Amino acid sequence: MLAIIDYGVGNLFSLSSALDYLGVLHTVTDQPDEIDQADRIILPGVGAFGDAMTHLSERDLIRVLVNQVVRGKPLLGICLGMQMLFERSFEFGEHVGLCFLTGSVVPLRESIPDHFKVPHIGWNRLKFIRQDDPFLQFTQEGDYVYYVHSYYVRDCADSMTAGSDYGTFIPGVVHKDNLFGTQFHPEKSGTVGLRILQAFCSFPI
Amino acid sequence: MISKRIIPCLDICDGCVVKGINFSNLQIIDDPVSLAHFYNENGADELVFYDITASFEQRTLFYEVLIRTAQEIFIPLTVGGNIRTLEDFDHVLKFGADKVSINTGAIYNPDFIESAARKYGSQCVVLSMDVKRVDGHFRVFQKGGREDTGLDALDWAAYGAEHGAGELVVNSIDTDGVKNGFDLELLSKVCNRVDIPVIASGGAGNMEHFAQLFQKIPGVDAGLAASIFHRREVDIPLLKVFLRDRGIEMRIDNGTAASACIR
Repeated sequence: MLAIIDYGVGNLFSLSSALDYLGVLHTVTDQPDEIDQADRIILPGVGAFGDAMTHLSERDLIRVLVNQVVRGKPLLGICLGMQMLFERSFEFGEHVGLCFLTGSVVPLRESIPDHFKVPHIGWNRLKFIRQDDPFLQFTQEGDYVYYVHSYYVRDCADSMTAGSDYGTFIPGVVHKDNLFGTQFHPEKSGTVGLRILQAFCSFPI
Repeated sequence: MISKRIIPCLDICDGCVVKGINFSNLQIIDDPVSLAHFYNENGADELVFYDITASFEQRTLFYEVLIRTAQEIFIPLTVGGNIRTLEDFDHVLKFGADKVSINTGAIYNPDFIESAARKYGSQCVVLSMDVKRVDGHFRVFQKGGREDTGLDALDWAAYGAEHGAGELVVNSIDTDGVKNGFDLELLSKVCNRVDIPVIASGGAGNMEHFAQLFQKIPGVDAGLAASIFHRREVDIPLLKVFLRDRGIEMRIDNGTAASACIR
């Protein structure tokens, strides 16, 4: 059983449908005992970083997630969920993240030329940084994935395994030990995205 | 770099896909769920579902179609039509939409754009506008293109972008259904005014029209069309190869044939 963390933000319909399509049993929950029993976890997210951390904290889910990650359980963060795996974000002030991975979340606008629109919305190609990442075992270099975001993770070289060019290099995929993240939306990235979810779901526990 | 997007739009009435010429003479075309599935497998970069029904009963039928579609297509899905309140937003998002398109609802209540963006994020809010030339000026029309609001289209586009719309759909009533090409004059002016993604709609009749659109107005992010795709007059995979051969970046999914192996 996989647990999708429901902390009151974002639309989990597509993600849940994608897992149904792949035949992956899952539950959408904010209950610590269900998360504890799950064999892997997805942390989704849209909206603002600070609000999302507050929602997690109010449900006492930060402590729960830390416990699960320390135990070695695979955790996938999607979009804002990936950004929250890092140390801090500068979205509307400075906020502390879950600190599982090294790096900071900063505005795209300050890092890319003016003629690049923000948000970065659309299909962009993946460039691999690490060719042997098992998270990318069903993905090919040059595959297109669907991004929607205005902030990105900087200084995350030790976990970044793929990314895309958009005025600067955007970390699109991160993976270190049992921690996984995608800045794009795999549940909205067609067949390519379904394969990335499948790779996460087949990572050995 | 991001690719340009090709977006089929499905106008849905009584649970069926319909498409008229110049906003009238509706014709029934296909079952929306199977048509959406066809596009998902054949290179569409996202889909737009537009609810053109009026009654409450028909609205329920639209939601049923939406939920059945969203369960099995995994590309972005924008839903519009009759969106006037945050409650309407809640409904369509719950039934599987990724983005919500607002049109008349924003004209009646311009604060709606900002309140929706605050609650759901700009990435979720698409401002759609129907534009027609009146005495040499571009004006915003409402009620399916029948009524002049008096709003200047370029000012309205700028207002929407400043107040949190994440994308702009610009539909030219003058070129809609005529199949003589997109309204390049209008689109060029809009792209000069706003820095959010612009989706061009109205007038595509063949592949060359899409090439003209993306080559002449680099600021346009996507081309939207309905009947030419529904009637298979333009085939999306062939269109994308045609555009890529002309130097326009296109997402050409080499994995479609292999999608069966995933299940």
